[in-house]
Amino acid sequence: MNQTTEAVVEVTNLFRKFGDRTVIDNLSFTIYRGETLVIMGGSGCGKSTLLRHIIGVMKPTSGSVKIFGQEITTMNDVEIAEIRRRFGMLFQSGALLASLTVGENVALPLLQHTDLSAEEIDETVTGKLQMVGLNGFNNLKPAEISGGMRKRVGLARALALDPELLFSDEPTSGLDPIMTAVVDKLTLELTKDEGMTAVVVTHDMTSAFRIATRMIMLGRGRILAQGTPDEIRTHPDPEVQQFINGEPDGPMPLNLSQDDHEHHPHVKARPLVAARHRFRHKMP
Amino acid sequence: MKNFLRLNASLLYWVLVAPFKGEMFKISPIFRQMVSIGVRATPMVALTAFSIGVTLAMQAAHSLQELGAEIYVPDLVMVSMLREMGPVLIAVIVIGRSGSAVAAELGTMKVSEEIEALEVMAINPISYLIVPRFIAMLVMLPALTILGNYIGVFGGWAVCHFALDVTTAGYVLRALESANTWDLYSGMIKSFVFAWIIITIACNAGLHVEGGAEGVGQATTQAVVQSLLAMLVSNAILTSIFFFK
Repeated sequence: MNQTTEAVVEVTNLFRKFGDRTVIDNLSFTIYRGETLVIMGGSGCGKSTLLRHIIGVMKPTSGSVKIFGQEITTMNDVEIAEIRRRFGMLFQSGALLASLTVGENVALPLLQHTDLSAEEIDETVTGKLQMVGLNGFNNLKPAEISGGMRKRVGLARALALDPELLFSDEPTSGLDPIMTAVVDKLTLELTKDEGMTAVVVTHDMTSAFRIATRMIMLGRGRILAQGTPDEIRTHPDPEVQQFINGEPDGPMPLNLSQDDHEHHPHVKARPLVAARHRFRHKMP
Repeated sequence: MKNFLRLNASLLYWVLVAPFKGEMFKISPIFRQMVSIGVRATPMVALTAFSIGVTLAMQAAHSLQELGAEIYVPDLVMVSMLREMGPVLIAVIVIGRSGSAVAAELGTMKVSEEIEALEVMAINPISYLIVPRFIAMLVMLPALTILGNYIGVFGGWAVCHFALDVTTAGYVLRALESANTWDLYSGMIKSFVFAWIIITIACNAGLHVEGGAEGVGQATTQAVVQSLLAMLVSNAILTSIFFFK
């Protein structure tokens, strides 16, 4: 494993509040080059929000995020764009452009950011799609393939520019066990052989323990536990044990109220009876 | 409103400034948008313009016949097509066809994270998505208006030829004599301004959709209603500037 001590991402004292609810509560951690960091945690614990802060889509309330040694929270659009060419991101839904074919989606970053010829782009696109186990799908539209396939196309697109750093938001949810193994193997190969750094947000425990070199467990916007897969497996915290073993009973709260969940400023609590009047109010 | 002005500013930047900084927008998507905004709208525009031309001629004939002045029908059709009816009604067609479509398309892209994905791939959504639509609209609406003017005048001719005692030669001569170039240019300026209003309002509505399918529907309605109102108000203002001195 060619893991080094060079920091690729540094998060320091990161806070994010939506209204008066703190979603990210004083997070600090470092991601080193060549490692595979798995970020886990229950639904709605702020995993995706954290990822959005790291890639500069959301701005924190306070704190600092450094990617490749550069502060991303205070950058302007041009500087952020420069940084973003160096990493790939796989979205939870795949986020493919519906108006383009599968092949065109994977080709998009290449067309926009490189001067490769049409043949070279074709070759790269076919190669990347083969890596994720999709042959001969180039001319289909995203709407014509299954959700799992869309996700794999999203992965191929994220890898199109051979990034140094890959962010994956739930890369294996919606995939069958075999495809999950294929995607995990791909992540492992890329980190081991190409020296890529991977940051994977997931709650698929099998996959997490298979690929992780280090794990962070989030809960209520804080780090509950972090360490190597072995350290996590034997972690004393009962919440961590409940999560990795998937037990229904334990210290983790079963029910979230609206206040515990993501805060939408425009959502007001209202009795269910009011629902039948909703349409009348909403028409412009 | 703040979003709207910001969109206009960044559009101007990506169209006028960025090409000189080595970030030229791509040409081929502009043509693709021109086909969907302009070329595909020609049958509807033709039908609308023809109906307006015919209607104008019939109304004019009805009033003018009583005075025995049918010979002025071509004047009226020509001038009102060029100055008002052409630009305004063709803008109405384009709002209904393309304004709504652009708002819905961009709104759907917003809610399905496609726009965020573009940003994360370091592709500027304004340059990649909005600029082609903007340029296509600015070119195609005036072009459609010119086409509509021709067809409307042709509709007027049809009434004169088949129902009134105006000869073809007489119609053409009267029509050309009555109109001057400023009538045409004022209509073109109007339709350029309308194109700007329609596409920026539609893009702005689409880019700021929140909350799923319901939000997309609201944004589409909002785009159509707002651009219709803005278009009609600006038409009144432009007419007062051009002709009411």
